[in-house]
Amino acid sequence: MTPQRIAETALAAAHARGTEAVAIVDEISSAHLRWARNAFTTNGIAGDRRLTVVALGADGSPGVATASGALGVDAVHALVAAADQARGQGVAAEPDPAPPVTAGDDGGWHRPPASPVAGGLPTFAARLAASFRSAGDAGHDLHGYAEQRTRTTYLASSAGLRRRHEESGALLDHTVRTADDTASTWTGTCARELSQLDLDAAYDGARHRLEWWGRRLALPSGEYEVLLSPSCVADLMLRLYKAADARAALDGRTAFTAPGGGTRVGERLTPVPLTLHSDPYEPGLECAPFTVARGTGTASVYDNGLPLARTGWITEGVLSSLVGSRHTARGGTPATPEIGNLVLSAADGGGRTLADMVARTARGLLLTSLWYLREVDPSSLLLTGLTRDGVYLVEDGEIRGATNPFRFNASPLGVLARVRDVGRTEPTLPREHDENTPRTAMPALRVADFAMTAVGDGV
Amino acid sequence: MYATVSPAAPAARQEVDEAFLALPLRQLADAALSRARALGAGYAACRVQRVRTARLETVDETVRGTEDTTRTGLGVRVRWGGGWGFAAVPDLTPRDAVAAVDRAVALAKACQVAGGGTELAAEPVYPDATWLSTYRINPFDVPEAERAAMLAGWSARLLRAPHVRTVVGYFSAVQENTFYADLAGTTTLQQRVRVHPVLFAFGEDERTGARQALRTLGPPTARGWEYLEGEGWDWDAEFAQLPEELAGKLRATPVEPGRYDLVMDPSHLWLTLHETVGHATEADRVLGHEMSYAGGTFVRPQDVGTLRFGSPLMRVTADRTSTHGLATVGYDDEGVAAQSWDLVRDGVLVGVQCDRRISGLGGRRSTGCSYAESATHVPIPRMANVSLRPADGGPDLDALIGGVEDGIYLVGSDAWSIDTRRRDFQFTAQRCYRIRGGRLAGQLAGVAYQGDTTGFWGALRGVGGPGTYGVFGADQCGKGQPLQLAATSHGCPATLFGGVRVVNTGAAT
Repeated sequence: MTPQRIAETALAAAHARGTEAVAIVDEISSAHLRWARNAFTTNGIAGDRRLTVVALGADGSPGVATASGALGVDAVHALVAAADQARGQGVAAEPDPAPPVTAGDDGGWHRPPASPVAGGLPTFAARLAASFRSAGDAGHDLHGYAEQRTRTTYLASSAGLRRRHEESGALLDHTVRTADDTASTWTGTCARELSQLDLDAAYDGARHRLEWWGRRLALPSGEYEVLLSPSCVADLMLRLYKAADARAALDGRTAFTAPGGGTRVGERLTPVPLTLHSDPYEPGLECAPFTVARGTGTASVYDNGLPLARTGWITEGVLSSLVGSRHTARGGTPATPEIGNLVLSAADGGGRTLADMVARTARGLLLTSLWYLREVDPSSLLLTGLTRDGVYLVEDGEIRGATNPFRFNASPLGVLARVRDVGRTEPTLPREHDENTPRTAMPALRVADFAMTAVGDGV
Repeated sequence: MYATVSPAAPAARQEVDEAFLALPLRQLADAALSRARALGAGYAACRVQRVRTARLETVDETVRGTEDTTRTGLGVRVRWGGGWGFAAVPDLTPRDAVAAVDRAVALAKACQVAGGGTELAAEPVYPDATWLSTYRINPFDVPEAERAAMLAGWSARLLRAPHVRTVVGYFSAVQENTFYADLAGTTTLQQRVRVHPVLFAFGEDERTGARQALRTLGPPTARGWEYLEGEGWDWDAEFAQLPEELAGKLRATPVEPGRYDLVMDPSHLWLTLHETVGHATEADRVLGHEMSYAGGTFVRPQDVGTLRFGSPLMRVTADRTSTHGLATVGYDDEGVAAQSWDLVRDGVLVGVQCDRRISGLGGRRSTGCSYAESATHVPIPRMANVSLRPADGGPDLDALIGGVEDGIYLVGSDAWSIDTRRRDFQFTAQRCYRIRGGRLAGQLAGVAYQGDTTGFWGALRGVGGPGTYGVFGADQCGKGQPLQLAATSHGCPATLFGGVRVVNTGAAT
């Protein structure tokens, strides 16, 4: 069956049971290559098809069931029955759900899913193999991962909703190390197609940074001015975004809870006019322009199909919205569901490259990527984490050498409060990415008084 | 102390799920393997997997979200020439199985130019093997309403305490069915079940405005619904104590940074063991195969048999055989029979964890650690159940605490972070108690301990007896690209570590 047919079959089966429902069909195609020490390790091509049925309950207790794999008529009917049986059942659910979204067809419903993505893999593998040879000749080891992925989502409801969204993307996660394991550097890049990923540029940039390791410097623990690369900023802002749940804030559980109750919306978070926003139509970072909620998490299943628009989370330095459903909007905040991208920018557009910012640094540390960020205290959004694959001392506008790595305990809110300079916003890959990570565009940031603890002398 | 180890659990007389058996498993395998043989594959394995996952989220006594997801598919892994390839399809027909083989072989051909096509280590053939994990009540036989009512009832008990403002609950249940067949003739059919209920109580001190959260310690476990009914964990006792413990956490005094003797409860130490020993002894990390993402390890191939990992009191085992272990299987995803072995003996590294591909590089037998999260994922080496053994005749918890003049007792795992070499780390706990003169003296706030792996384990000065032993674990351990989750259990006794560096994270905010 086609995805559209699967969705219509599910809705018909729900109707036959007297149930209002939402059907979400995802067609997923992915292909990836992985390598270590100049040789391939695990490579794969996968296709998947998933159907989620949300049986809506008048008493506010929806039933949700998902299946992937072979989705014939019998399987679809069985899934609808499972969702319907899970509906109600005397389960206490959140009261007063918003009514289902009823907007109509956006015109793309009848288009087929995106084509499978494996086609570009052999060519990319050949390019990589050539890189392995060059790197080996230069005494370097390449480690990394490249993937091409598409997901076409069809969302239909008993209320007449018909939505389709297609998302495609490729990424390169590339580590270059010296063969003696004494120096390491990382590059993460994104593109729409595998063929657009520039392996040579990634390797050239890595080789340039490996030269900085020629001088090793042991620095003590302390407070430093730091230059955070766009990737570092992405990892920190994604943690902030994940924690910016309106309901959790209203429940009194997060760093966005105001003393005495309510939320901190309206409070200035940074003296710099920074804006953090999401927009489904952000050029190069396009994502689903409607809410897709498959059961648990921040989004409400009643908001399925809700049109999404540009939302400012922080506007010119002031917390302007938290992530919420129409249900939480009734608590006094606007309906601002999660959107699948995140952009940080300065009011004046920034404009400086990271190299420009290095050139304007009297003394500081350049952090190129962060790793193992974990929440230590949700009430302050305190995170612990480490620098990874390169910390460089900058003096008088020049890189002096590579230092030991550092651990830090810091909150993204504290980081924003100490921003002193903002670079050019550019698409970037956070180091801690996975297939569900929102797409990001971030600037480099200069941050004052960043407390760090020296950890060993390793690479 | 903990009732999480239960060798006397009632014998399970479960059957493999009929819905899984109804799939044309052998027909699919025959089609895939015949095609792979015809195309000249040196190794080929067909894996049909069905993973059912239920999730439930509650806030106080209401349901905030539910999911019931069944993922079914077929994955084929081949070695062709000098390359490896993998392909997965959602449709379970012989024609789709053949198509998957064609794609996997094409990928292997494309990759063979860069090598990496190591032969797998040898393994005996296991024809028609069937294995089921030990549980009594399949959680999927319990209606969702009953599951939700259980969490809501637990939350209501905690909310009776005036300082408990909100209780957030999660429940997850997983049933994995795997059919594996390879060209050598091994055919395995398995079913595993695991559950994990957990509550977070959020409290506020009206007088000071202080806010804190406390998590239940009941770990994920390879049991059924009987676990929530009290088999394997004393939930009643935990809910009776938790409000008072949270009140103590709200009154906690900031820790003074410095070096302390630390007594670690097994509910805390398991995660430190997982990160510093479990991941550090994964052979794929030793060889650098995870360097680009999850990271490597300080352990080198030549360290096995020579590296002083910790104090002579330290003995760490790995197994995929212990009853109710989250990593326990009959056979791994390369058709290797489950085993148990030593990783650290008398403080010296003596073993690692590997799959057939990694062990093939060293000419050893695989330890049976291959695992894929679903049919669409490539199997990779994953952690076994890794446990610190108790000391026969060792002290009980009171004796360990009683021997500390000025220290900290840590209970329950919390935030964790470790570098890519599995060396420099920081851990925090759910509850941290000051020890003065061998007695507990109130809770401390902001405690995080930092150290390096071998230095930390070298400071192991006391290992509790079997009565202090408890099994905990992780059911969301991530590794690989695309990221895959796996589950693993960790047993630990109560322990004493001397002179560990403690910082106050509260000062950072």
